[in-house]
Amino acid sequence: MAARQVSGARQGLNHVLFSQEMALVIALLSLFIVVGLINERFVAERNVMSILMAHAYIAVAAIGMSMVIVTGNIDISVGSLIGVLAAVSGTIATQGHPVWVAWTVPILLAMLISGSLGILVAYCRIPSIVASLGYLSILKGGLIIWTGGAWISDLPDAFGLALFRPLGIPTPIWFMVLLTVAAAYWMRNSRLGRSFYAVGGNAEAARLAGMSPQRLVATVFVINGFFVGIAGVLFATQLKVIQTTVPPYLELTIITASVVGGVSILGGTGTVVGSTLAAVLLAAIGSALIFINVSPFWVRATYGCLILATVLFDLHRRRLQRFRL
Amino acid sequence: MRLISGSHVHEKILAVILCVSLVVLSLLSDKFMTVENILNQGRLIAEIGLVALPMTLIIVTGGIDLAVGSILGLSAIVLGITWKNLGLPLGAAMFSAVLAGVCAGLFNGYLVTRMRVPPLITTLATLALFRGIAEGLSQARSVRGYPEWFFFLGQGEILGVPVQLLILLAAIAAFWFLLARTVLGRSLYAIGNNEVAARYSGIAVDRIKLMIYGLSGMLAGLAGVVFVSRVSTTRSDMGSGLELDVIAAVVLGGTSIFGGRGTIVGTVLGFVLIGLLKNGLALTGVKGDATIVVIGLVLILSILASNLLERRNE
Repeated sequence: MAARQVSGARQGLNHVLFSQEMALVIALLSLFIVVGLINERFVAERNVMSILMAHAYIAVAAIGMSMVIVTGNIDISVGSLIGVLAAVSGTIATQGHPVWVAWTVPILLAMLISGSLGILVAYCRIPSIVASLGYLSILKGGLIIWTGGAWISDLPDAFGLALFRPLGIPTPIWFMVLLTVAAAYWMRNSRLGRSFYAVGGNAEAARLAGMSPQRLVATVFVINGFFVGIAGVLFATQLKVIQTTVPPYLELTIITASVVGGVSILGGTGTVVGSTLAAVLLAAIGSALIFINVSPFWVRATYGCLILATVLFDLHRRRLQRFRL
Repeated sequence: MRLISGSHVHEKILAVILCVSLVVLSLLSDKFMTVENILNQGRLIAEIGLVALPMTLIIVTGGIDLAVGSILGLSAIVLGITWKNLGLPLGAAMFSAVLAGVCAGLFNGYLVTRMRVPPLITTLATLALFRGIAEGLSQARSVRGYPEWFFFLGQGEILGVPVQLLILLAAIAAFWFLLARTVLGRSLYAIGNNEVAARYSGIAVDRIKLMIYGLSGMLAGLAGVVFVSRVSTTRSDMGSGLELDVIAAVVLGGTSIFGGRGTIVGTVLGFVLIGLLKNGLALTGVKGDATIVVIGLVLILSILASNLLERRNE
């Protein structure tokens, strides 16, 4: 009994040491040390802060995406949705409504749109990749029809949520850290959070255990909408103007953060701490390449290699574990 | 009622939608139903069509290839660089562009079959990787100044029919035959329905998968060459977002994203419908990119409709 407890504790330690999260922390630290030695301006507080600030919304969106992927689904419409939400938020703000309206309406709208996508996936049995592909088209095209690609400027000063610095730290970083910690705790300890893993691991088993996979899938899309909504508001408020176009490849960057963070695309495993660390790592790599004088045109190729390396490493590790069992 | 029961329900629904939109669009704009416009549309459909054909095979096996747009871009850049920077003859450069596509596709196939990485992840990673290599190689410089004969492929015509439309028709015939009339085609359905069972019944699952990903890369490469010939220039962002148009066309055509079901006829109906809607709406004054709203709606509604009909038939 005692022996088993000791080995359990050791396994717990192993689990932490060899987890995806630890691998990401090590990768991040080595990146900062190596690139910092080559060019110390990379590790200057100003640069670190600006990396985190500019990409925090991606980490926030990746939290929701990770939950969706954990249930065995995917949402490729989030990039377009963030574009639409930014335009909605900006339009409300320039029409003279109070700023809190401009901040909250996009979040509610995102939950509504994402929720309707969830209903299509869960109850109408349209595979999530196809349904969200349809939503991507509708949202992206709808945005062009609505705004014609014009920029929104003349935003009131109070609107710039992402530009505030409570206690000296920019709001996007607050959101990223607090939401990650809260979501991680919630995924680990709440009934709903646990059941997302159950549905993603084995939907049929989850159903037999008394859960409703359909309602859970619809719910996870609503929750994803909440995080995408916050990401959209952070994105809208980080500059003085809003470009009402969909940032290219945004959904891919968000999915990449989830996957590199250790969320298995097959569903059932992964944590939001991992996806946030991965979002930071991706952002840091993009910045690091500039500091070591690599042309920014190689950034995307580096991301591609990174996803492949992570996935291969992860598969290899799983095979080793199975071998040990 | 017999029309919407029995086999090929989805293709029939699609054919009806296609006819209705033809009638509506020709009523809305008198420029739509002209020979010139229809043939011109053939040019624009060709690239999506070429890539959608092998995509159908891949989705039938239960896989997916998100990297096709990036492979198209990479091939275009390889064409430009081998011709302009390495000084190869243009014919050899065209060959190396298609070869680059084949290699890229085989790389996907290798990861899927040998390393057992799920296709969605594999091609998500290589989507970034291939586009990244294209961007890195080109350093955002475009290549222009191709000789006149090169434009025959993308701008010329034979007996009044655009050249790339003839290429597309030949490819459609070949892929239709492959999927509907050969043992290999049947094996693709078998793999999509139950891969393990297919393996046990002696089908060389891995070799077949490797082949169709290579084929997908090859046609994406070919589409890249046609693209460059049509627009007379090479840029590294060519074909970005193509994967979504192509997958929409294939799924719209009734191929199940879970594998095991789908036809080339359906895919052809799918990309023709998408092409016509884009063109027809543009002619009636809807802004170019905005037409994708309709594509999204048609995609979701067509699957909803065929899901409902299927459930009723059961």
